[in-house]
Amino acid sequence: MERVGIIGVGQTKYEREKRETFGEMVYEVVKKALDDAGITIEDIDNVVTVSNDFWDGRTISCMAVADASGAYGKDTSTVEGDGAFGALYGLMRVLSGAYNNTLVVAHCKGSESYSSAITNAAFDPIYERILGIDAITSSALQAKRYMTKYLLNEEQFAKVSVKNHKNAKNNPFAQLPLDITVDDVLNSRMLSDPIKLLDASPISDGAAAIILSAERQAKEVSQNPVWIKGVGYCSDAYRIGDRDLAEPNSLRRAAKDAYKMASIENPLKEIDVAEVYDAFSYQELLWMEGLNFCRSGEGGKLIDEGVTEMGGELPVNPSGGVISAHPVLVAGLTRIIEAVLQIRGDAEKRQVPNAEIALAHGINGMCGQSHCVWLLGK
Amino acid sequence: MTIYIKNEIDLKRGYKTMDWKEDVKEMVYQGRIKVPYTWSVGEVGSRFFIELRDKKKIWGDKCPRCGTVFVPPRKVCSKCYSNIGEWVEVGTKGTLLTFTVVRYKNNLQSRDAPFAYGIIKLDGADTGLLHLLGEVDLEQINIGMRVEAVFGEDRKGEILDIKYFRPLKEA
Repeated sequence: MERVGIIGVGQTKYEREKRETFGEMVYEVVKKALDDAGITIEDIDNVVTVSNDFWDGRTISCMAVADASGAYGKDTSTVEGDGAFGALYGLMRVLSGAYNNTLVVAHCKGSESYSSAITNAAFDPIYERILGIDAITSSALQAKRYMTKYLLNEEQFAKVSVKNHKNAKNNPFAQLPLDITVDDVLNSRMLSDPIKLLDASPISDGAAAIILSAERQAKEVSQNPVWIKGVGYCSDAYRIGDRDLAEPNSLRRAAKDAYKMASIENPLKEIDVAEVYDAFSYQELLWMEGLNFCRSGEGGKLIDEGVTEMGGELPVNPSGGVISAHPVLVAGLTRIIEAVLQIRGDAEKRQVPNAEIALAHGINGMCGQSHCVWLLGK
Repeated sequence: MTIYIKNEIDLKRGYKTMDWKEDVKEMVYQGRIKVPYTWSVGEVGSRFFIELRDKKKIWGDKCPRCGTVFVPPRKVCSKCYSNIGEWVEVGTKGTLLTFTVVRYKNNLQSRDAPFAYGIIKLDGADTGLLHLLGEVDLEQINIGMRVEAVFGEDRKGEILDIKYFRPLKEA
Protein backbone atom coordinates (compact mmCIF):
# COMPACT_ATOMS: atom_id res chain seq x y z
CA MET A 1 0.00 0.00 0.00
CA GLU A 2 1.25 3.45 -0.88
CA ARG A 3 2.04 5.66 2.12
CA VAL A 4 -0.40 8.48 2.78
CA GLY A 5 0.46 11.55 4.82
CA ILE A 6 -1.44 14.31 6.53
CA ILE A 7 0.12 17.47 5.13
CA GLY A 8 -2.00 20.20 6.70
CA VAL A 9 -4.40 20.69 9.60
CA GLY A 10 -6.69 23.44 10.88
CA GLN A 11 -9.22 23.85 13.69
CA THR A 12 -11.32 26.59 15.20
CA LYS A 13 -11.41 27.44 18.83
CA TYR A 14 -14.28 25.39 20.26
CA GLU A 15 -16.95 27.43 21.98
CA ARG A 16 -20.60 27.34 22.90
CA GLU A 17 -22.66 29.75 20.81
CA LYS A 18 -19.97 30.55 18.31
CA ARG A 19 -21.12 33.51 16.26
CA GLU A 20 -19.71 32.47 12.88
CA THR A 21 -21.97 30.65 10.43
CA PHE A 22 -21.26 27.07 9.28
CA GLY A 23 -19.66 28.43 6.12
CA GLU A 24 -17.47 30.89 7.99
CA MET A 25 -16.22 28.18 10.35
CA VAL A 26 -15.50 25.86 7.41
CA TYR A 27 -13.65 28.58 5.50
CA GLU A 28 -11.55 29.38 8.55
CA VAL A 29 -10.30 25.82 9.05
CA VAL A 30 -9.81 25.08 5.35
CA LYS A 31 -7.74 28.26 5.01
CA LYS A 32 -5.71 27.27 8.03
CA ALA A 33 -5.11 23.74 6.72
CA LEU A 34 -4.07 25.05 3.28
CA ASP A 35 -1.68 27.58 4.81
CA ASP A 36 -0.34 24.90 7.13
CA ALA A 37 0.38 22.64 4.15
CA GLY A 38 1.76 25.52 2.10
CA ILE A 39 -0.61 24.89 -0.82
CA THR A 40 -3.61 26.66 -2.30
CA ILE A 41 -7.17 25.53 -2.96
CA GLU A 42 -6.20 24.89 -6.60
CA ASP A 43 -3.95 22.08 -5.35
CA ILE A 44 -6.96 20.29 -3.82
CA ASP A 45 -8.69 18.01 -6.32
CA ASN A 46 -11.45 16.58 -4.15
CA VAL A 47 -13.32 17.46 -0.97
CA VAL A 48 -14.90 15.28 1.72
CA THR A 49 -17.26 17.18 3.99
CA VAL A 50 -18.59 15.85 7.28
CA SER A 51 -21.95 17.05 8.54
CA ASN A 52 -25.32 15.88 9.78
CA ASP A 53 -28.66 17.15 8.57
CA PHE A 54 -30.33 17.03 11.99
CA TRP A 55 -27.57 19.03 13.64
CA ASP A 56 -27.49 21.58 10.82
CA GLY A 57 -31.28 21.70 10.48
CA ARG A 58 -31.14 21.42 6.71
CA THR A 59 -31.22 18.57 4.23
CA ILE A 60 -28.10 17.78 2.19
CA SER A 61 -26.23 19.92 4.72
CA CYS A 62 -22.90 19.21 3.03
CA MET A 63 -23.86 21.03 -0.13
CA ALA A 64 -24.36 24.29 1.72
CA VAL A 65 -20.65 24.40 2.60
CA ALA A 66 -19.42 23.52 -0.90
CA ASP A 67 -18.33 27.09 -1.55
CA ALA A 68 -16.71 27.56 1.86
CA SER A 69 -14.76 24.32 1.46
CA GLY A 70 -13.51 25.25 -1.99
CA ALA A 71 -15.40 22.39 -3.60
CA TYR A 72 -16.72 24.48 -6.48
CA GLY A 73 -15.72 22.80 -9.73
CA LYS A 74 -14.33 19.77 -7.90
CA ASP A 75 -15.60 16.40 -6.81
CA THR A 76 -17.20 16.52 -3.36
CA SER A 77 -18.99 13.96 -1.24
CA THR A 78 -19.95 13.58 2.37
CA VAL A 79 -19.66 11.41 5.43
CA GLU A 80 -22.53 11.72 7.89
CA GLY A 81 -20.78 10.56 11.02
CA ASP A 82 -17.74 11.29 13.09
CA GLY A 83 -14.84 13.08 11.40
CA ALA A 84 -12.49 10.14 12.05
CA PHE A 85 -14.65 8.21 9.57
CA GLY A 86 -14.61 11.20 7.20
CA ALA A 87 -10.83 11.01 7.28
CA LEU A 88 -11.04 7.26 6.64
CA TYR A 89 -13.11 7.90 3.52
CA GLY A 90 -10.61 10.56 2.45
CA LEU A 91 -7.77 8.08 2.93
CA MET A 92 -9.57 5.53 0.76
CA ARG A 93 -10.07 8.11 -1.98
CA VAL A 94 -6.34 8.85 -2.01
CA LEU A 95 -5.52 5.13 -2.01
CA SER A 96 -7.87 4.55 -4.94
CA GLY A 97 -5.34 6.40 -7.05
CA ALA A 98 -8.07 8.56 -8.55
CA TYR A 99 -7.39 11.56 -6.30
CA ASN A 100 -4.37 13.49 -5.17
CA ASN A 101 -4.61 16.12 -2.42
CA THR A 102 -7.82 15.39 -0.48
CA LEU A 103 -9.44 17.87 1.88
CA VAL A 104 -11.57 16.54 4.75
CA VAL A 105 -13.56 19.15 6.67
CA ALA A 106 -16.12 18.72 9.46
CA HIS A 107 -18.41 21.26 11.11
CA CYS A 108 -21.10 21.31 13.77
CA LYS A 109 -22.88 23.80 15.98
CA GLY A 110 -24.40 22.01 18.93
CA SER A 111 -25.56 25.27 20.44
CA GLU A 112 -27.98 26.16 17.67
CA SER A 113 -30.41 23.34 18.32
CA TYR A 114 -31.50 21.01 21.09
CA SER A 115 -28.90 18.27 21.65
CA SER A 116 -31.17 15.97 23.60
CA ALA A 117 -33.78 15.95 20.82
CA ILE A 118 -31.16 15.20 18.19
CA THR A 119 -29.48 12.37 20.08
CA ASN A 120 -32.93 10.99 20.95
CA ALA A 121 -33.59 10.81 17.21
CA ALA A 122 -30.62 8.44 16.84
CA PHE A 123 -32.68 5.77 18.58
CA ASP A 124 -35.19 3.48 16.94
CA PRO A 125 -38.36 5.51 16.31
CA ILE A 126 -40.68 2.57 16.89
CA TYR A 127 -39.31 0.82 19.96
CA GLU A 128 -37.12 3.32 21.81
CA ARG A 129 -37.51 6.98 20.93
CA ILE A 130 -40.79 7.56 22.73
CA LEU A 131 -39.10 6.63 26.00
CA GLY A 132 -37.12 9.88 25.76
CA ILE A 133 -33.71 8.18 25.84
CA ASP A 134 -30.81 10.37 24.66
CA ALA A 135 -26.99 10.44 24.60
CA ILE A 136 -26.63 11.22 28.31
CA THR A 137 -29.12 8.66 29.63
CA SER A 138 -27.96 5.87 27.31
CA SER A 139 -24.35 6.54 28.27
CA ALA A 140 -25.40 6.42 31.90
CA LEU A 141 -26.77 2.92 31.26
CA GLN A 142 -23.38 2.01 29.82
CA ALA A 143 -21.42 3.59 32.68
CA LYS A 144 -23.54 1.79 35.28
CA ARG A 145 -23.13 -1.54 33.52
CA TYR A 146 -19.36 -1.04 33.16
CA MET A 147 -18.73 0.00 36.78
CA THR A 148 -20.92 -2.79 38.14
CA LYS A 149 -19.39 -5.53 36.03
CA TYR A 150 -15.79 -4.55 36.74
CA LEU A 151 -16.14 -2.87 40.14
CA LEU A 152 -15.00 0.60 39.12
CA ASN A 153 -16.07 3.62 41.15
CA GLU A 154 -17.23 7.15 40.48
CA GLU A 155 -13.97 8.59 41.87
CA GLN A 156 -12.08 6.89 39.05
CA PHE A 157 -14.41 8.47 36.47
CA ALA A 158 -13.99 11.84 38.23
CA LYS A 159 -10.20 11.57 38.00
CA VAL A 160 -10.48 11.44 34.20
CA SER A 161 -12.48 14.67 34.23
CA VAL A 162 -9.95 16.37 36.52
CA LYS A 163 -7.00 15.27 34.37
CA ASN A 164 -8.52 16.25 31.03
CA HIS A 165 -9.92 19.62 32.10
CA LYS A 166 -6.48 20.38 33.54
CA ASN A 167 -4.82 19.37 30.27
CA ALA A 168 -7.23 21.69 28.45
CA LYS A 169 -5.52 24.62 30.15
CA ASN A 170 -2.59 23.98 27.79
CA ASN A 171 -4.77 23.95 24.69
CA PRO A 172 -5.84 27.32 23.27
CA PHE A 173 -8.56 25.61 21.18
CA ALA A 174 -10.27 23.90 24.13
CA GLN A 175 -13.59 25.14 25.44
CA LEU A 176 -13.41 24.12 29.11
CA PRO A 177 -10.01 24.50 30.71
CA LEU A 178 -10.76 23.95 34.40
CA ASP A 179 -8.96 23.64 37.69
CA ILE A 180 -11.20 21.17 39.47
CA THR A 181 -10.86 18.44 42.07
CA VAL A 182 -12.33 14.97 42.32
CA ASP A 183 -14.74 16.32 44.93
CA ASP A 184 -15.87 19.07 42.55
CA VAL A 185 -16.80 16.39 40.02
CA LEU A 186 -18.48 14.16 42.60
CA ASN A 187 -20.46 17.11 43.99
CA SER A 188 -21.53 18.47 40.61
CA ARG A 189 -25.18 18.12 39.66
CA MET A 190 -26.31 14.55 39.00
CA LEU A 191 -27.64 14.26 35.45
CA SER A 192 -28.32 10.54 35.20
CA ASP A 193 -26.65 8.12 37.63
CA PRO A 194 -23.67 7.80 37.64
CA ILE A 195 -23.04 10.68 35.22
CA LYS A 196 -22.73 14.11 36.79
CA LEU A 197 -22.37 17.46 35.07
CA LEU A 198 -18.55 17.42 35.24
CA ASP A 199 -18.46 13.84 33.91
CA ALA A 200 -20.14 15.05 30.72
CA SER A 201 -18.78 16.90 27.71
CA PRO A 202 -20.16 20.34 26.91
CA ILE A 203 -22.31 21.56 24.05
CA SER A 204 -19.83 22.92 21.52
CA ASP A 205 -19.50 24.60 18.16
CA GLY A 206 -16.53 24.33 15.85
CA ALA A 207 -14.92 22.99 12.71
CA ALA A 208 -11.78 21.11 11.75
CA ALA A 209 -9.98 20.22 8.53
CA ILE A 210 -7.11 18.02 7.37
CA ILE A 211 -5.43 17.53 4.01
CA LEU A 212 -4.38 14.02 2.98
CA SER A 213 -1.87 13.32 0.29
CA ALA A 214 -0.24 10.23 -1.16
CA GLU A 215 3.53 9.99 -0.80
CA ARG A 216 3.99 10.87 -4.46
CA GLN A 217 2.58 14.37 -3.81
CA ALA A 218 3.14 14.78 -0.09
CA LYS A 219 6.90 15.11 -0.47
CA GLU A 220 6.50 18.07 -2.84
CA VAL A 221 4.83 20.29 -0.26
CA SER A 222 6.44 22.24 2.53
CA GLN A 223 5.37 20.67 5.82
CA ASN A 224 6.87 17.42 6.91
CA PRO A 225 4.02 15.00 6.34
CA VAL A 226 2.81 12.96 9.26
CA TRP A 227 2.38 9.43 7.96
CA ILE A 228 -0.60 7.17 8.52
CA LYS A 229 0.88 3.99 9.99
CA GLY A 230 -2.31 2.10 10.66
CA VAL A 231 -6.09 2.40 10.57
CA GLY A 232 -8.77 0.10 11.93
CA TYR A 233 -12.54 0.40 12.05
CA CYS A 234 -15.38 -1.80 13.18
CA SER A 235 -19.05 -1.61 14.04
CA ASP A 236 -21.20 -3.37 16.66
CA ALA A 237 -24.98 -3.98 16.90
CA TYR A 238 -27.26 -0.95 16.56
CA ARG A 239 -29.48 -1.54 19.58
CA ILE A 240 -27.83 -0.92 22.93
CA GLY A 241 -29.88 -3.83 24.31
CA ASP A 242 -28.16 -6.19 21.86
CA ARG A 243 -24.72 -5.44 23.27
CA ASP A 244 -22.99 -5.98 26.60
CA LEU A 245 -22.29 -2.29 27.11
CA ALA A 246 -19.28 -3.07 29.35
CA GLU A 247 -17.48 -4.75 26.45
CA PRO A 248 -16.21 -2.48 23.65
CA ASN A 249 -15.90 -5.33 21.18
CA SER A 250 -15.92 -3.26 18.01
CA LEU A 251 -13.13 -1.08 19.40
CA ARG A 252 -11.08 -4.18 20.25
CA ARG A 253 -11.37 -5.32 16.66
CA ALA A 254 -10.64 -1.85 15.22
CA ALA A 255 -7.59 -1.46 17.45
CA LYS A 256 -6.31 -4.94 16.63
CA ASP A 257 -6.49 -4.21 12.90
CA ALA A 258 -4.79 -0.83 13.29
CA TYR A 259 -2.00 -2.30 15.46
CA LYS A 260 -1.42 -5.11 12.99
CA MET A 261 -1.10 -2.62 10.13
CA ALA A 262 1.33 -0.48 12.15
CA SER A 263 3.23 -3.53 13.51
CA ILE A 264 2.47 -2.59 17.10
CA GLU A 265 2.59 -5.46 19.57
CA ASN A 266 2.52 -3.70 22.93
CA PRO A 267 0.36 -0.58 22.54
CA LEU A 268 0.94 0.77 26.05
CA LYS A 269 4.71 0.72 25.55
CA GLU A 270 4.97 1.55 21.86
CA ILE A 271 2.43 4.38 21.63
CA ASP A 272 3.67 7.72 22.97
CA VAL A 273 0.42 9.69 23.14
CA ALA A 274 -3.29 8.98 22.60
CA GLU A 275 -6.28 11.19 21.86
CA VAL A 276 -9.48 9.25 22.56
CA TYR A 277 -13.18 10.11 22.35
CA ASP A 278 -14.13 10.76 25.98
CA ALA A 279 -17.63 12.17 25.50
CA PHE A 280 -18.11 11.17 29.14
CA SER A 281 -15.40 10.55 31.74
CA TYR A 282 -16.08 6.80 32.02
CA GLN A 283 -15.56 6.41 28.28
CA GLU A 284 -11.85 7.19 28.47
CA LEU A 285 -11.39 4.22 30.81
CA LEU A 286 -13.61 1.88 28.81
CA TRP A 287 -11.99 2.85 25.50
CA MET A 288 -8.51 2.27 26.98
CA GLU A 289 -9.61 -1.29 27.63
CA GLY A 290 -10.89 -1.57 24.07
CA LEU A 291 -7.60 -0.13 22.81
CA ASN A 292 -5.81 -2.89 24.72
CA PHE A 293 -3.81 -0.46 26.86
CA CYS A 294 -4.86 -2.74 29.71
CA ARG A 295 -6.97 -5.81 30.30
CA SER A 296 -10.76 -5.79 30.65
CA GLY A 297 -11.86 -4.06 33.83
CA GLU A 298 -8.45 -2.44 34.46
CA GLY A 299 -9.16 0.99 32.97
CA GLY A 300 -9.57 2.38 36.47
CA LYS A 301 -6.12 1.17 37.44
CA LEU A 302 -4.49 3.21 34.68
CA ILE A 303 -6.01 6.46 35.95
CA ASP A 304 -5.32 5.54 39.60
CA GLU A 305 -1.65 4.92 38.82
CA GLY A 306 -1.22 8.11 36.79
CA VAL A 307 -0.24 6.20 33.65
CA THR A 308 -2.34 8.49 31.43
CA GLU A 309 -1.34 11.83 33.02
CA MET A 310 0.98 14.22 31.22
CA GLY A 311 4.37 12.81 32.15
CA GLY A 312 2.92 9.31 32.61
CA GLU A 313 3.85 6.29 30.53
CA LEU A 314 1.10 7.00 27.99
CA PRO A 315 -0.45 10.49 28.21
CA VAL A 316 -4.09 10.32 27.11
CA ASN A 317 -5.87 13.44 25.84
CA PRO A 318 -3.19 16.12 26.33
CA SER A 319 -5.60 18.43 24.44
CA GLY A 320 -8.19 18.07 27.20
CA GLY A 321 -10.12 15.55 25.13
CA VAL A 322 -13.73 15.58 24.08
CA ILE A 323 -14.85 16.26 27.65
CA SER A 324 -13.23 19.71 27.28
CA ALA A 325 -14.79 20.45 23.85
CA HIS A 326 -17.35 18.32 22.06
CA PRO A 327 -18.28 19.56 18.62
CA VAL A 328 -20.17 16.45 17.48
CA LEU A 329 -18.83 15.02 14.16
CA VAL A 330 -15.79 17.31 14.39
CA ALA A 331 -14.36 15.77 17.57
CA GLY A 332 -12.86 12.64 15.95
CA LEU A 333 -11.12 14.78 13.32
CA THR A 334 -9.83 16.99 16.15
CA ARG A 335 -8.29 13.90 17.75
CA ILE A 336 -6.42 13.24 14.47
CA ILE A 337 -5.28 16.88 14.27
CA GLU A 338 -4.00 16.76 17.85
CA ALA A 339 -2.11 13.54 17.05
CA VAL A 340 -0.56 15.23 13.99
CA LEU A 341 0.56 18.21 16.08
CA GLN A 342 2.12 15.85 18.62
CA ILE A 343 4.11 13.99 15.97
CA ARG A 344 5.31 17.24 14.38
CA GLY A 345 6.32 18.65 17.76
CA ASP A 346 3.89 21.53 17.21
CA ALA A 347 1.62 20.88 20.19
CA GLU A 348 3.18 23.74 22.16
CA LYS A 349 2.31 23.63 25.86
CA ARG A 350 0.50 20.30 25.52
CA GLN A 351 3.41 18.62 23.69
CA VAL A 352 4.41 15.14 24.82
CA PRO A 353 8.22 15.11 24.46
CA ASN A 354 9.60 13.04 21.59
CA ALA A 355 6.24 11.64 20.50
CA GLU A 356 6.91 9.25 17.63
CA ILE A 357 3.72 7.19 17.51
CA ALA A 358 0.37 8.84 18.27
CA LEU A 359 -3.07 7.25 18.42
CA ALA A 360 -6.31 9.04 17.51
CA HIS A 361 -9.77 7.59 18.03
CA GLY A 362 -13.27 8.47 16.89
CA ILE A 363 -16.67 6.93 17.57
CA ASN A 364 -20.00 6.77 15.84
CA GLY A 365 -23.40 5.71 17.12
CA MET A 366 -24.75 5.43 20.62
CA CYS A 367 -22.46 4.14 23.39
CA GLY A 368 -19.63 3.60 20.92
CA GLN A 369 -21.40 1.42 18.38
CA SER A 370 -18.54 1.86 15.94
CA HIS A 371 -14.97 2.97 16.32
CA CYS A 372 -12.16 4.22 14.10
CA VAL A 373 -8.55 3.99 15.30
CA TRP A 374 -5.64 5.84 13.70
CA LEU A 375 -1.92 5.45 14.27
CA LEU A 376 0.27 8.29 13.06
CA GLY A 377 4.01 8.65 13.03
CA LYS A 378 7.08 10.22 11.46
CA MET B 1 -18.80 55.09 0.73
CA THR B 2 -16.96 51.81 1.17
CA ILE B 3 -17.46 49.55 4.18
CA TYR B 4 -14.96 46.77 4.67
CA ILE B 5 -15.99 43.37 6.00
CA LYS B 6 -13.80 42.15 8.83
CA ASN B 7 -12.94 38.67 7.68
CA GLU B 8 -9.28 38.50 8.51
CA ILE B 9 -8.22 35.17 9.96
CA ASP B 10 -5.60 35.05 12.64
CA LEU B 11 -3.93 31.71 11.97
CA LYS B 12 -3.30 31.07 15.64
CA ARG B 13 -6.68 32.05 16.99
CA GLY B 14 -9.18 31.99 14.14
CA TYR B 15 -11.55 34.73 13.18
CA LYS B 16 -11.14 37.87 15.20
CA THR B 17 -14.64 37.33 16.46
CA MET B 18 -14.83 40.28 18.79
CA ASP B 19 -14.03 42.73 16.04
CA TRP B 20 -17.06 42.31 13.84
CA LYS B 21 -19.48 42.23 16.73
CA GLU B 22 -18.23 45.63 17.79
CA ASP B 23 -19.12 46.97 14.37
CA VAL B 24 -22.49 45.36 13.72
CA LYS B 25 -25.30 44.09 15.90
CA GLU B 26 -25.53 40.39 15.10
CA MET B 27 -28.81 38.83 14.11
CA VAL B 28 -30.15 35.31 14.71
CA TYR B 29 -32.93 33.58 12.83
CA GLN B 30 -35.50 31.32 14.46
CA GLY B 31 -36.05 28.11 12.45
CA ARG B 32 -39.51 26.65 11.93
CA ILE B 33 -38.80 23.02 11.01
CA LYS B 34 -41.60 20.63 11.90
CA VAL B 35 -41.80 17.56 9.73
CA PRO B 36 -44.36 14.83 10.53
CA TYR B 37 -43.25 11.25 9.84
CA THR B 38 -45.24 8.04 9.60
CA TRP B 39 -43.04 4.97 9.98
CA SER B 40 -44.01 1.54 8.78
CA VAL B 41 -43.59 -0.93 11.62
CA GLY B 42 -43.16 -3.89 9.25
CA GLU B 43 -44.18 -7.52 9.51
CA VAL B 44 -42.42 -8.62 12.70
CA GLY B 45 -43.07 -5.31 14.43
CA SER B 46 -46.76 -5.41 13.61
CA ARG B 47 -47.11 -8.94 15.03
CA PHE B 48 -45.14 -7.93 18.12
CA PHE B 49 -47.36 -4.93 18.83
CA ILE B 50 -50.63 -6.75 18.10
CA GLU B 51 -49.72 -9.49 20.61
CA LEU B 52 -48.75 -6.82 23.12
CA ARG B 53 -51.98 -4.88 22.63
CA ASP B 54 -54.47 -7.75 22.40
CA LYS B 55 -52.98 -10.44 24.65
CA LYS B 56 -50.44 -8.68 26.89
CA LYS B 57 -47.83 -11.12 25.59
CA ILE B 58 -44.25 -10.38 24.59
CA TRP B 59 -42.91 -12.23 21.58
CA GLY B 60 -39.43 -12.46 20.25
CA ASP B 61 -37.96 -14.42 17.39
CA LYS B 62 -35.21 -16.99 17.17
CA CYS B 63 -32.36 -17.26 14.72
CA PRO B 64 -32.50 -20.73 13.11
CA ARG B 65 -28.73 -20.87 12.84
CA CYS B 66 -27.19 -19.45 16.02
CA GLY B 67 -30.27 -19.77 18.24
CA THR B 68 -30.24 -16.17 19.49
CA VAL B 69 -33.69 -15.01 20.66
CA PHE B 70 -34.25 -11.34 19.84
CA VAL B 71 -36.62 -8.94 21.59
CA PRO B 72 -37.85 -6.78 19.94
CA PRO B 73 -38.10 -9.26 17.05
CA ARG B 74 -36.39 -8.64 13.75
CA LYS B 75 -36.10 -10.31 10.38
CA VAL B 76 -32.35 -10.67 10.11
CA CYS B 77 -29.97 -11.98 12.78
CA SER B 78 -27.45 -9.28 13.60
CA LYS B 79 -24.91 -11.90 14.61
CA CYS B 80 -24.94 -14.40 11.73
CA TYR B 81 -27.01 -12.61 9.09
CA SER B 82 -29.54 -15.46 8.83
CA ASN B 83 -33.15 -14.93 7.92
CA ILE B 84 -35.23 -15.30 11.07
CA GLY B 85 -38.53 -17.13 10.74
CA GLU B 86 -39.41 -18.67 14.11
CA TRP B 87 -41.58 -16.87 16.65
CA VAL B 88 -40.92 -17.50 20.34
CA GLU B 89 -42.98 -16.22 23.23
CA VAL B 90 -40.73 -14.85 25.96
CA GLY B 91 -41.63 -14.13 29.55
CA THR B 92 -43.07 -10.91 30.88
CA LYS B 93 -40.57 -11.27 33.71
CA GLY B 94 -36.87 -10.70 33.41
CA THR B 95 -33.58 -9.58 34.90
CA LEU B 96 -32.19 -6.04 34.99
CA LEU B 97 -28.93 -5.76 32.99
CA THR B 98 -28.34 -2.10 33.78
CA PHE B 99 -30.25 1.02 34.83
CA THR B 100 -29.97 4.75 35.40
CA VAL B 101 -31.97 7.22 37.46
CA VAL B 102 -32.60 10.31 35.34
CA ARG B 103 -32.38 13.54 37.33
CA TYR B 104 -32.86 16.16 34.63
CA LYS B 105 -36.03 17.08 32.82
CA ASN B 106 -36.71 17.64 29.18
CA ASN B 107 -39.83 17.60 27.09
CA LEU B 108 -38.92 14.34 25.32
CA GLN B 109 -39.12 12.21 28.42
CA SER B 110 -42.38 10.33 28.84
CA ARG B 111 -42.50 11.05 32.57
CA ASP B 112 -41.19 13.62 35.02
CA ALA B 113 -37.71 13.26 36.50
CA PRO B 114 -36.58 11.63 38.64
CA PHE B 115 -37.39 8.34 37.00
CA ALA B 116 -35.43 5.29 35.87
CA TYR B 117 -34.55 3.56 32.62
CA GLY B 118 -33.48 -0.05 32.55
CA ILE B 119 -32.34 -2.64 30.04
CA ILE B 120 -34.21 -5.83 30.82
CA LYS B 121 -33.33 -9.34 29.66
CA LEU B 122 -36.68 -11.07 29.53
CA ASP B 123 -36.81 -14.74 30.49
CA GLY B 124 -36.15 -16.76 27.34
CA ALA B 125 -34.58 -13.84 25.43
CA ASP B 126 -30.91 -13.31 24.65
CA THR B 127 -31.05 -9.55 24.11
CA GLY B 128 -32.02 -6.69 26.39
CA LEU B 129 -35.10 -4.50 26.05
CA LEU B 130 -34.79 -0.80 26.85
CA HIS B 131 -37.71 0.46 28.94
CA LEU B 132 -38.84 2.40 32.00
CA LEU B 133 -38.78 1.19 35.59
CA GLY B 134 -41.74 2.00 37.82
CA GLU B 135 -43.29 1.26 41.25
CA VAL B 136 -39.74 1.18 42.56
CA ASP B 137 -37.69 3.00 45.20
CA LEU B 138 -35.21 4.82 42.94
CA GLU B 139 -32.44 4.40 45.51
CA GLN B 140 -32.96 0.64 45.79
CA ILE B 141 -32.54 -0.45 42.18
CA ASN B 142 -29.74 -2.88 41.46
CA ILE B 143 -28.35 -4.77 38.51
CA GLY B 144 -29.53 -8.37 38.53
CA MET B 145 -32.84 -7.40 40.10
CA ARG B 146 -35.85 -9.44 38.94
CA VAL B 147 -38.56 -7.33 37.30
CA GLU B 148 -41.92 -7.84 35.60
CA ALA B 149 -43.84 -5.96 32.93
CA VAL B 150 -46.82 -3.87 33.98
CA PHE B 151 -49.26 -3.43 31.11
CA GLY B 152 -51.39 -0.37 30.49
CA GLU B 153 -55.19 -0.56 30.49
CA ASP B 154 -55.73 1.33 27.26
CA ARG B 155 -53.28 -0.33 24.88
CA LYS B 156 -52.67 1.12 21.44
CA GLY B 157 -50.14 -1.25 19.91
CA GLU B 158 -46.95 0.54 20.87
CA ILE B 159 -44.00 0.04 23.19
CA LEU B 160 -45.66 2.05 25.97
CA ASP B 161 -48.43 -0.59 26.12
CA ILE B 162 -45.92 -1.88 28.65
CA LYS B 163 -46.17 1.00 31.12
CA TYR B 164 -42.92 0.03 32.81
CA PHE B 165 -41.16 -2.84 34.54
CA ARG B 166 -41.45 -3.11 38.33
CA PRO B 167 -39.54 -5.19 40.88
CA LEU B 168 -40.87 -8.71 41.03
CA LYS B 169 -42.10 -9.82 44.39
CA GLU B 170 -41.05 -13.47 44.29
CA ALA B 171 -43.56 -15.75 45.99
